[in-house]
Amino acid sequence: MSRLSDRPEKPVVGVSMPHESATLHVTGTALYTDDLVHRTKDVLHAHPVQVMKAHGRITALRTGPAYAVPGVVRVLTGADVPGVNDAGMKHDEPLFPDEVMFHGHAVAWVLGETLEAARLGAAAVEVDLDEKPSLITLREAIEADSFHGARPVMLTGDVDAGFGDSAHVFTGEFQFSDQEHFYLETHAALAHVDENGQMFVQSSTQHPSETQEIVAHVLGLHSHEVTVQCLRMGGGFGGKEMQPHGFAAVAALGARLTGRPVRVRLNRTQDLTMSGKRHGFHASWRIGFDDEGRIQALDATLTADGGWSLDLSEPVVARALCHIDNTYWIPHARIAGRVARTNKVSNTAFRGFGGPQGMLVIEDILGRCAPLLGLDPSELRERNFYRQGQSTPYGQPVLHPERISTVWRQVHDDAGIDGRRREIEAFNAVHPHTKRAIAITGIKFGISFNLTAFNQAGALVLVYKDGSVLINHGGTEMGQGLHTKMLQVAATTLGIPLHKVRLAPTRTDKVPNTSATAASAGADLNGAAVKNACEQIRERLLRVAGTQLGANASDVRIVEGVARVLGSEKELAWNDLVRTAYFQRVQLSAAGFYRTEGLHWDAKVFQGSPFKYFSYGAAAADVEVDGFTGAYRIRRVDIVHDVGDSLSPMIDIGQVEGGFVQGAGWLTLEDLRWDTGDGPNRGRLLTQAASTYKLPSFSEMPEEFNVRLLENATEEGAVYGSKAVGEPPLMLAFSVREALRQAAAEFGPGGVSVELASPATPEAVYWAIEAARRGGAHHDGQAPGGSVTPVGASTLSHA
Amino acid sequence: MVAARITVNGKETPISPAAPHTTVLDFLRERGLTGTKEGCAEGECGACSVMVARPGVNRPTDWVAVNACLVPVAALDGQEVITSEGLATGGSSGGPTALHPVQEEMAVRGGSQCGYCTPGFICSMAAEYYRPDRCAHADPGDGTDPEHGPNGFDLHALSGNLCRCTGYRPIRDAAFAVGTPTEDDALAQRREQSPPEPVATEYTREDSTFLRPGTLAEALRLLRERPGAVVVAGSTDWGVEVNIRARREKCVVAVDRLPELRALRVESDHIEIGAAQTLTEIERRLDGRVPLLAELFPQFASRLIRNSATLGGNLGTGSPIGDSPPVLLALEASVVLADADGEREVPLSDYFTGYRQSVRRPGELIRSVRIPLPLSPVTAFHKIAKRRFDDISSVAVAFALDIEDGTVRRARIGLGGVAATPVRALAAEAALEGRPWTAETVAAATRVLQSQGTPMDDHRASARYRSAMLGQSLLKLYAQTTEAVSA
Repeated sequence: MSRLSDRPEKPVVGVSMPHESATLHVTGTALYTDDLVHRTKDVLHAHPVQVMKAHGRITALRTGPAYAVPGVVRVLTGADVPGVNDAGMKHDEPLFPDEVMFHGHAVAWVLGETLEAARLGAAAVEVDLDEKPSLITLREAIEADSFHGARPVMLTGDVDAGFGDSAHVFTGEFQFSDQEHFYLETHAALAHVDENGQMFVQSSTQHPSETQEIVAHVLGLHSHEVTVQCLRMGGGFGGKEMQPHGFAAVAALGARLTGRPVRVRLNRTQDLTMSGKRHGFHASWRIGFDDEGRIQALDATLTADGGWSLDLSEPVVARALCHIDNTYWIPHARIAGRVARTNKVSNTAFRGFGGPQGMLVIEDILGRCAPLLGLDPSELRERNFYRQGQSTPYGQPVLHPERISTVWRQVHDDAGIDGRRREIEAFNAVHPHTKRAIAITGIKFGISFNLTAFNQAGALVLVYKDGSVLINHGGTEMGQGLHTKMLQVAATTLGIPLHKVRLAPTRTDKVPNTSATAASAGADLNGAAVKNACEQIRERLLRVAGTQLGANASDVRIVEGVARVLGSEKELAWNDLVRTAYFQRVQLSAAGFYRTEGLHWDAKVFQGSPFKYFSYGAAAADVEVDGFTGAYRIRRVDIVHDVGDSLSPMIDIGQVEGGFVQGAGWLTLEDLRWDTGDGPNRGRLLTQAASTYKLPSFSEMPEEFNVRLLENATEEGAVYGSKAVGEPPLMLAFSVREALRQAAAEFGPGGVSVELASPATPEAVYWAIEAARRGGAHHDGQAPGGSVTPVGASTLSHA
Repeated sequence: MVAARITVNGKETPISPAAPHTTVLDFLRERGLTGTKEGCAEGECGACSVMVARPGVNRPTDWVAVNACLVPVAALDGQEVITSEGLATGGSSGGPTALHPVQEEMAVRGGSQCGYCTPGFICSMAAEYYRPDRCAHADPGDGTDPEHGPNGFDLHALSGNLCRCTGYRPIRDAAFAVGTPTEDDALAQRREQSPPEPVATEYTREDSTFLRPGTLAEALRLLRERPGAVVVAGSTDWGVEVNIRARREKCVVAVDRLPELRALRVESDHIEIGAAQTLTEIERRLDGRVPLLAELFPQFASRLIRNSATLGGNLGTGSPIGDSPPVLLALEASVVLADADGEREVPLSDYFTGYRQSVRRPGELIRSVRIPLPLSPVTAFHKIAKRRFDDISSVAVAFALDIEDGTVRRARIGLGGVAATPVRALAAEAALEGRPWTAETVAAATRVLQSQGTPMDDHRASARYRSAMLGQSLLKLYAQTTEAVSA
């Protein structure tokens, strides 16, 4: 067998092509879970009974009034659960809770003949509540010492000695916001009972195997009695890694109890108020630099807002700790992590999975400290880049550290930074009310699940007698183009044209025990499994072809659907080869498997090599800020990103661009606000609709947007030399935030540390400008971001 | 009366048994046309965008994209709708065989990732593709106009469509690459035929009714008989009430096709705009004639909303953060109210009486809006919001100033978002009028302006920022006028 990274002659991988479902997308014929409802008979519609208080024990739940509503068929409560009443993997997430843990917590579900009937029925259910005190903000939770889960500490070197050797020591705090996934397709599931009590659940899930497990344990079934299928998702971004399970379980429970198909589909407000988000974080830190601006020591505590249950908060914090170094060598570090328990939705995976939060902390520190060190921020960043032979604070050697400088230099040159800096200087000199700035930031992101066991995948490849090929794998399609890449991998490995390969929807009865399609690892893991299955079939077919062509199997190549022997004119077409193999009773299907080698991780001491490799990238962002209002435009962005040798360049560039804009949304625009007052609506999400929670639209896309993939970037350890791409580009958006900070500083006298709240909304930028104009002095009273939720920085002092 | 029916992708379909509040979106999906998606159910994301045939501005018929989630299907009685499924031609059951040019560009350029928002983008993009006055212009090539393509494509056509996956670049590339419709394009040909006739509708299911009277007189009689009836035009506000706040009413009366409410006339001393003219129609018909309105329109919600929303509706709902009132206040507009007994004209500054309250009496309709002429020469509209396209303002400030020989002869300033109603900034106007247009005057007036109203803290902005922005908007206007002079 060839090495994982080797590409054969005329590979289909590496060819730029649109998404495999593009034609279905543009004609509106691609099916999503909730589209199936209209193709299914006698469906019941489920509506949650949400309690609109932040915290309290349920003292009575009266379902009788709901049954008086015409069209109501059934009310589901905890008493109906035949198995385990839990929607999570940590046993802290009751599907039907006795205690309301956050504003909008669903305590029961009503099934109706129509959604209207279910809605009216849900409104009729009566819930009595013994209200309890609640913790809404991170600060409240920290003050109340309210934490749950592990409290990891990452240690390297000798922190005290590091500070002792530091010429400059600064301390500060930083609190930054959460982010809503806002996949365009909200959570949806459709369940029906097959023959013999088997459950079939269609679910919009990134993790069908875990949805299956949870449906099974809620219903008291074994996994082999439950099948979960995901056709495709209308976006996931991590929001459908853990969160779909409970909704699928409600649909399955309803189907089991009524014998009819049951549909759960959240409307946007239900989705926003019931499902978890990216964790907001608080960071307190102390950093030491030597005279040249090289980081000597970092002591930091990161606190994630986990919400009411643990969900994935522990691994999110672990990844945050593993990314606080970003591209910088920190010889002495002590980084503590913890998960605050608050009365909010249970925060969960979101593209980057804690990585962005950890990296944002160090980028914010460098952006704030550069002026105090008298250094240009990009110079400060470059001086601290990892060099060959250095290791991360958790003990993993940094492979290919030269790529950090390579992508940085390439962006610098592509973007013509030197010339444009001079232009910006000239522009700013004559524009008192408008300032421009350009900033470059880089990223290093570790690929693999931190938990070693998750780094495995399976595939099932079927070759039919007519030569057509059907592939199944454990990954799910959420728009990231995984299925497109898998088709390309299969066609490449088998040596056949792409049109001969079709891909079946992801189902748990085809490939068992799959990992979530997450951690950017979908193509790495499933691609290697698909390749492995195809190789098994190919090896068998090569033997058949060898016999037919009168040659050794090892001298046969299948290229573009034709088997040929090296140095011979004889050939055998793929379809004939397959038919011949069938009549020779050669197996034409194979189960493929892959596990990532070389990983080890000791969570107790927080040391090891959890990542197969690192992804690198750099971005230069050019912004223009209006001094009157703080409003801004992103004028131009240049990116060079490392995806190894791309499996599918158009798909990968799409991921880079989309990730960047989503990251820019998190850092500049998207502004989740919660009622933190003591009134009757305490804990309520104030931005619970698209009209109040604003995603980037066309007006936020960079006016000029140049993305280039790093060339000659073969990754030896991954399928066909490629690298993961889903998450890392999100963090390239740090460049926008740093450019805004620098533009705000341009309104002031210079040499001033500018604090910028996150998200850097026009209002936040306006206050940063005002502070810069006053020479960095804090404006009186309010924190940036207004009085509703104090966000942003507090003190930065030269200690 | 003929049974209510709608033509979808060329096929006539009865509206029954949909409920009177059923949206076009739910109606389509229940009939298996699931390409039209729900992303937000409040006209913010555009996943439900469909094309409807409307009376044209320059041709008999225009294809116009609207949010299917906001419009009751009964409101489209007798109308024609095209969905993403209907744009492709060829196979009807075995999958489409020929993509529409817009679909083709989106598919090959990577314009879709998860694909959920895509059908909506397709419909919005197709409507712009068929816009008769879209014409190719020489691309300056210097990036000075990132919002228009070399093919004349106005990116604002997509301002009401959200995509969470792509970051928009490939969608913009697709939009800027579409050509012009061919001679034999059926939808292009449809533009040359008369638009669908307005149909009088009485659609009742169980105890609720959707009514579309045929004349103003009939509408006014109806409203006198049923004072509790909800009046709708484009349904862009009512649709949100139905979907998000689950409001159900016994009687909804649609007025958006009444000919008496559809006039737009420029007279010698005023401009009269029919209350049921959509914002898009006003924008195209006025074509820059009122610069302050021209500045407003691209910032007013999205193209999808402007294609349905009316000036009458914006004033009728009376939201303190509606975007048109500050502008109309600065223009000293008045409102013509009609009821079964006759008409009266009320200055807009006297129209609002409290939070979503006005002097409009039960049974009264807004017939038109009058803008007096001549217009003040110096105008500006400053909308402060988090997002540049399609956001709700934190504060909005409209200025209309007469400056002669360096002196402010007249100042009118309309404010939104600083009180329970849109208001005129009378004190700031007084601080400007009769004074020289200088930095000193502006500084003094700025202090007055930023203390006007009683802005509050909410999720959009802090009160402090809102107040600051009132003053900053005047400083910005001053800077712009003086820079313009020096330039």
